Order: sequence, then structure tokens, then C-alpha cells
Amino acid sequence: MKRASTRIAPPSRPAERVAPAAPALAARTAFPLRREGPAKLTGEARYADDLVFAGAWYGATIRSDDPHATLIAIDRDPDFDWSRVLIVTADEIPGENVVSLISDDQPVLVPVGGEIRHHAEPVALLAAADRSTLHAAKRRIQLRTERLPAVFDPLASTQQIAHFAIRRGDAEKGLADAELIVEGEYRVGHQEQLYIENQAMIALPRDDGGITVHGSLQCPYYIHKAMKRALNLTDAQAVVIQSETGGGFGGKEEYPSMIALHAALLARKLGKPVRMIYDRHEDISATTKRHPAIVRHRTGVTRDGELVAQEIEVVMDGGAYATLTPVVLSRGTIHAGGPYRCENVTITGRAMATNTPPNGAFRGFGAPQTEFAAEMQVNRIAEALDVSPLELRRRWAYREGDVTPTGQVLRESVAALEVLEAAAETAGFSRKRTDRRRASTSGGTRASGIGLALAWHGAGFTGAGETHLASVASIELTDVGAIRVLTASTEMGQGTKTIFPQLVAAELGIGIDEVEMAPQDTSLVPDSGPTVASRTAMVVGRILIGAARKLRARVEESSGQPFPRSYRDFAKRNGGIRIDERFEPYPGITFDEERYVGDAYPCYGWAAAVAEVEVDLDTGEVAVESVVSADDVGRVIHPVLAEGQVEGGTLQAVGYATMEEIKLADGRYLNDRLATYLIPTALDAPRITSILVEKPFSGSPHGAKGVGELPMDVAAPAVVAAIHDAVGVWIHELPATPERILAALSGASAPDTPGSEPGTRSGARANRAAPARGVDPRPEAPSDPLPLRAPQDKGGDWERDR
Amino acid sequence: MSYRLQVNGEPVEVDAPGMRRLLDVLREELGLTGTKEGCGEGECGACSVLLDGAVVDACLVPICQVDGRAVTTVEGLAREGVLNALQAAFLETGGAQCGICTPGMLMAGEAFIASGAAPEEDAIREAIAGNLCRCTGYTKIIDAIALAAERRRVPG
Repeated sequence: MKRASTRIAPPSRPAERVAPAAPALAARTAFPLRREGPAKLTGEARYADDLVFAGAWYGATIRSDDPHATLIAIDRDPDFDWSRVLIVTADEIPGENVVSLISDDQPVLVPVGGEIRHHAEPVALLAAADRSTLHAAKRRIQLRTERLPAVFDPLASTQQIAHFAIRRGDAEKGLADAELIVEGEYRVGHQEQLYIENQAMIALPRDDGGITVHGSLQCPYYIHKAMKRALNLTDAQAVVIQSETGGGFGGKEEYPSMIALHAALLARKLGKPVRMIYDRHEDISATTKRHPAIVRHRTGVTRDGELVAQEIEVVMDGGAYATLTPVVLSRGTIHAGGPYRCENVTITGRAMATNTPPNGAFRGFGAPQTEFAAEMQVNRIAEALDVSPLELRRRWAYREGDVTPTGQVLRESVAALEVLEAAAETAGFSRKRTDRRRASTSGGTRASGIGLALAWHGAGFTGAGETHLASVASIELTDVGAIRVLTASTEMGQGTKTIFPQLVAAELGIGIDEVEMAPQDTSLVPDSGPTVASRTAMVVGRILIGAARKLRARVEESSGQPFPRSYRDFAKRNGGIRIDERFEPYPGITFDEERYVGDAYPCYGWAAAVAEVEVDLDTGEVAVESVVSADDVGRVIHPVLAEGQVEGGTLQAVGYATMEEIKLADGRYLNDRLATYLIPTALDAPRITSILVEKPFSGSPHGAKGVGELPMDVAAPAVVAAIHDAVGVWIHELPATPERILAALSGASAPDTPGSEPGTRSGARANRAAPARGVDPRPEAPSDPLPLRAPQDKGGDWERDR
Repeated sequence: MSYRLQVNGEPVEVDAPGMRRLLDVLREELGLTGTKEGCGEGECGACSVLLDGAVVDACLVPICQVDGRAVTTVEGLAREGVLNALQAAFLETGGAQCGICTPGMLMAGEAFIASGAAPEEDAIREAIAGNLCRCTGYTKIIDAIALAAERRRVPG
């Protein structure tokens, strides 16, 4: 892969060995070092599989091998010595056979006589003292089933999981009045979170009859709730403790509840600890993925480029159970128009059930799917109008005072133009686009291109979600004068354990090292909600600041001295105090959940990306050379950590755009190993430049709006736009694999190029020479009169993949 | 079978079947859980260790092949609680996020630095191409390795 060699300049202060907390080092970086960094760098950090519990057995899950069936019987081979193996089936579940989340549809284990709805569905649990016995036993279990008809195509499914409709103005009339209508259908497939640490849970029986689980997880209280219900436990009997967590990205939001219940059922029966550690194959084949989606657009514009109407239809594949699908669909639907002002909008979203493993949370949570489609549509309209995609976005992008499809007035913190200009300028978008048009006459077997995208991302939970959660976060001044932060917000690499002490220390006027973090253990910390939706810094951070202010006031009122000088004496004299602070709704934010009207989010983050690619015209391979991502996070709490979020999210989006794909056959994932499900390596990764833009939100005392998901929304459409700039074809379906690109180049999807009215074709485009081999990769626009039609037959059809 | 090897400079004797993975010997016999398992089939590099100075995936190496040889794991990098140059550079640049790929990345980075190659971006990318990271986009990992390599070339 061609890549410019960049020598990275050494720092001004060379040092052979430095202690982690050396003052000079901290001063040089000016921001605190990652709190748990030294433990992670020395191997001392304990992830679930690193924890040792004496006498623990190994657990395994027996799963269905049918996508849809009735479970008739679970047969054990009579020739096998079952005395050394523990088996648990659904009839032994002490509470309700439900993995508690939004709907009560998903069982912990399918009972005999029950319905199997996907091929990786858990049916029985095994445990043994050693792995070889366990593996031998697994092979001696046979499921007897009666196959039922299965559906794998969400468009063919009749079972709807959720449905939303958003209406503003009159889209039908707007389209009728439009001078140009552009239609498009865009498809995105499954994406695996692929945290490098597989899912893992260890359950330990408690003396009080309850269960403690240690594990890799994002949301301790989701598991706590699921355990109480399925295992019939009290609050105190169910204890969930997060171990160091090797990445989550949404993938450890919901499925850990299932694994915790499985481990707990075995441990409860066995009376000993049970380790349920997934290997990569089981993790990919059974746990949740990003929802596949089909998004159809009809957009009406005037000849001079005014956006007058959007009609958008979103269909998501929920998989076999509801899990988090309704909220994923909700976010996807709300964001489907993109960050653009439009008076007439209709968006309908529906999620359909299929006999495939349930899809769930993954960074961006529905928005990357629909915003990919929105950005494709904008780029194709820019082409049809023969205006620069940058210029079109400048005209359409939200400004303060604009109204969203749900009728939300964007009163503040709107940075669409700022991120757009920052990314475009830093990447040299306009200049490079022009230069490349000139350079492309030179020919060759590789073509380069540059592409742009813009996105918005609602901060925190949708609608009244945060009010329903009513999260609590606490700060304790202990009787020995220590300051402790107590939250259920988990660290999974994004920096919770560093930014919380930063926020609290700043509020109390003390050093960050004076602030301790309590472990994420449900017996110690309050329910501060799940660690999802980019809400930790913005929402939980705000609650903590509120708690810190109260603590400071209490101490200063009593001592008459500034907090930093008085808190230790205060604790000695008066003993410890703990402030439990509850979420307060954001003032002036209201949302009607029935009608889907109002303030869908308290505020939005904004992101723009410019990608540069090189496409090999012989092989169709895409090398993403660079991405500039500009992200408005409100206020940056820690630039190194925030950049890390942007860089990581950008690469996940580049993988989504170019290589990450799940192939299915009979409802089963075919590429369910790391050798076959590919994610970008360091050689595939572009140079990533992150620009942090600050447009603070007044509802957060610290101004922060969240960062984790923003970059995920924006890089994939930028890459596909760059591919188009390079080779002249639009790839309507992610990922833009070599197969799809070659098919498009060979004309298999010639109608892909949106047409425009005869006579509006730009001279620049017509003059652009074929990059290679005499094959014009940029097919002429069809000369059909309006309205434009989206291609119906595209290379690499999504259904054909199944 | 009994095998003698050096682990982080200490002589060690291990009784294990010859085909037992080095990864399991390290984690389960020797309690060195810093070396992680991400895939068990040599794709992710989370279990990277140095075998006589060369990077190997400990999930693909049977213990019988390690007899008489020297293994370095992440636990062998810091001395007396002080991070070594590469670890410190990771901490400064933000090269570790969730931390699960970090031990393997450190070993790949150590081998690169020891090779004496100029710390150019392309060469560093090549050196860590067998180690997957899902958090960082690799940017700050590359920065960290370049920083430590420069410091070693220009000791201060």
C-alpha cells in the first residue's frame, strides 16, 4: 500500500525511562494521564479471563442449529459419563425465563416445546471441572427439533418489532412542486463490534443465596435487573462487578445479561464459581451486530438547489428478538434526514423480525445506517445539480433557529458549518478536488478521489429517556478525608476513570490524584444508568458536578474555609458524608413520545469528515489514504482521550465502508471467525487527523456533549463519496468491496449515476478523462427525463448474500 | 513432559503436554495473565510475546518448541515499578485505550525498536500489522512507538 512516509518528530524532552506519575511528564502533557493506564501497560489490569477463583468450573452453552424450529427434546448420549458434567435447562430457571430489557420476548434458555427463533439460540447449559470434559460433553448433546418456515429478509418479514413516523410540513406536496426529484435506495449490512476482549462472565454463589458476577460489561445495572428477574433475587442478592473491559462499542450493552444469567444458573446449581468465557467464534456467531438497514429516499429540490422535500423510508432488520431494536430504530429514524433544513419531511421507520441472531447496540446506534443514506443522497443531488458537495452542504446545513423534522427548534450549540469548514479546509477539499480533475487525465491503473460528509448526533438518550432513567451519581467524603466518586459508569477504554476525577477535582479545587474512583460494583455504587449513547461525559458528568458543588458548599458553610484547605479537617471532625445526586431534566426540553414531536435530544453533536482514497482499477481494491474528521463535542475535557475516540470511531467507520461484512446462509453467519470477518489492520488504516470543535451546550455546566459516536456517523459516506470521485460510480451498498466496485465499473449498475436534466451536465465532468485502460469508469448519465430513478439491480445484492 | 525455559529473565521449569499452547502455560501455569487471548488462531496478535527476541503469537506456539528458549512478556518490561520507555510513551500519547491489545502491541513495538529501524510511519505500521486494535485507529500507537524509538536513538 502506498503511503507517504512521515517521520514523527521526537518530543523536546527525550528520556529513557520515566515513572508513570513523574511530575515532569504530567506537566508536559498538561492533562492527566489515563488513570488505569499503568495497570494496562504492565499487564496488571485484570480482565474477566484473568480472574482466578478457586474451584471454578468451566461453562458452555448449547445452541440451536436451526434458524426457526420447535424444540422437541434435548438428548444426551447414554454412552457418555454424565456424572462429571452439570446440565441446566430452562425448567430450572427459578424466576421468569426472560432476559429483561425492553420487551419480554427473549428467553434465557428455550424450553422443550418452545420456539427456537435463530440458529445461535441458547437451549441448555453445561459445566465441567476441566475444558476437555466440557468439550467432549458438548458433542454428546443432540437437539431434536421440528423445523418451521424461516424468514431472513426484513422486507419479506411480516413481524414488525417497532415502527415510527415523523412528519413535518407536507412532503407529498413538496415533491409535487419540486423541479428535480432524486431517488435512491441504500443498503447497509451487519457489522460486528469486534472488541478484542471476547465476552466473559464469571458467576460465584453467595452466602446469602444470591449470585455475584464479575465480567466484561458496559451496564452493570442492566445485568442486575436481569438477574433479579430470572433468578428471583433481591437487590442485595444480585451483585454485578465490572472487571477491566477490553472494548465494548455497544456490544457489551445487552448480551452480557444473557451470559451472566447462564453463568449464574450453572453456579447456583453447582454451588461453585463458573467461568463463562466465550471464544471468538462463539462471540461472533451468537452476540449482537449492528442492524442491517434498507433506506429509501425521495428528495425534491429546486433548480437553484433549494431543498424542498424529503420522503424517507427506513427498514431495519431486528433479528429474532426485540432487544434494543426499538430505540436503535428511533434514533435511526430521527437522524435519517441528515443535518439539513427542510420544511417538508416524512420519515417512516420500521424494524422487522427475521430468524437471525438479534441485532443490537453498536456505536452510533442506528444513526450510521440512516446517515450513510442521507449523505449519499446529498452527494448525488450535488452531482445532479452540478454544484460542489461542500457548497450544497453550506447552503442546507442546520443553523441556530432551524427546525428539525420532529419540530425541535435548534436553539443553541449548532456547529454544522464549523465542523464542515474545519474538515474541508484542513483536508484542502476544494483545492484537491479541482487538482485531481486536472491530474486524472494522466491515466494509470489507480485512481484517487476525495469525498466529504456531514452528520449530526443527538446527545444522550432519546426523548424523555434520561428522565425515565433518573440516574444517580454520588461523591463521598470519607471519614478519613478521601474523596470518592461512585457511579455505575464503566471504563472500557474511552476514559471514564480519568475524566470523572478531572471534573470533580476541578469543581472542588483539589488535585486530580485526590479523587478516587469506586469500583463499578452494584453493591457499592448507585445506578447512574448504562454506559452508552455518548452520555457518560455529558449526562453523568453533569450529575457529578452537581454533587461536587453540594459537597463543596456543605463543607465550606461549616468550616468557613475554602474546600481544598478544610475538607480533611471537616471529615475528621464530622465524619464522612455522601452526596447522592439525581439527574434533573434539562430545562425547556420536552418530547411527545406518542406523536414523536418535540425536542428529540437536549442538544446535538456535529461531525464532518473528508476522506481520500485510491482505487485500484484492476482489482477494485480501495485504499483509504487519509481521513480528516472534525467533531463538535461541546467542550473538550481531555484532548488526548477525545482524539482517541475520534480516531477509533473513524477507523470503525472506514472498516464499515470498505471491508466489514457478514455473509449469511440459512440465517447463520458464515464468516464467524477473525480469519474471515476482517477489520482494518495498521496497514489498512488511513492517516487520521482529528479536529475537536467546541460549541458548548448550556445545559451542561461543563458544556460537554459527548464524543464517542460522532465519528462513526460520518466517515463511511465520506469514503464512498471519495470512491465516486475517483472512479465515477456510486456504491449504494456497504461495504464498498472490490466485488461491488468492479461490478459497478463494468456497468453492472450503470444506472447508478444519478441523471439530471439534459443540458445540466457539467463541462468539468464530461472532460474528465478515463483514468485507465480506455474504459470510462464514469458512465454517462441516463438521458431519462425526471424523476430520476435509483438503480434496482445492483452488484452484490444484499439478499443474494444470504 | 518437562520443559526448561527463561521467562522474563528467570529460569522456569514447566510440566505440561508438549502441545500445550505457550499462551496457556504463561497464563495458567505461570500466572502471567498480561498476555491476552483474542482469537486463538493467530489473527489478532493480543497474545504476542517475544521468543528469543522475535514476535510470536503465543496461541500458535506449543510449549515443546520453547524448550531452552527465552520468552519475554509484558510483565517483563517494567523494572521495579517503573515503566520502560515504550510503556511510558504509550501512556503519554494515549496509545492504550481499553488495553486488551496493549500487551501484544508493546511486544511488537519492542521488537521494532530493538531492530534499530528508523521510526518511520510506514515501517511502524508494518511492524504492528499483525496486532489488531479496535479502539485507537492505530494513530496514537504509532506515535508512541515512534516516540520511544526516537528517545532510544537520542538518549537524554
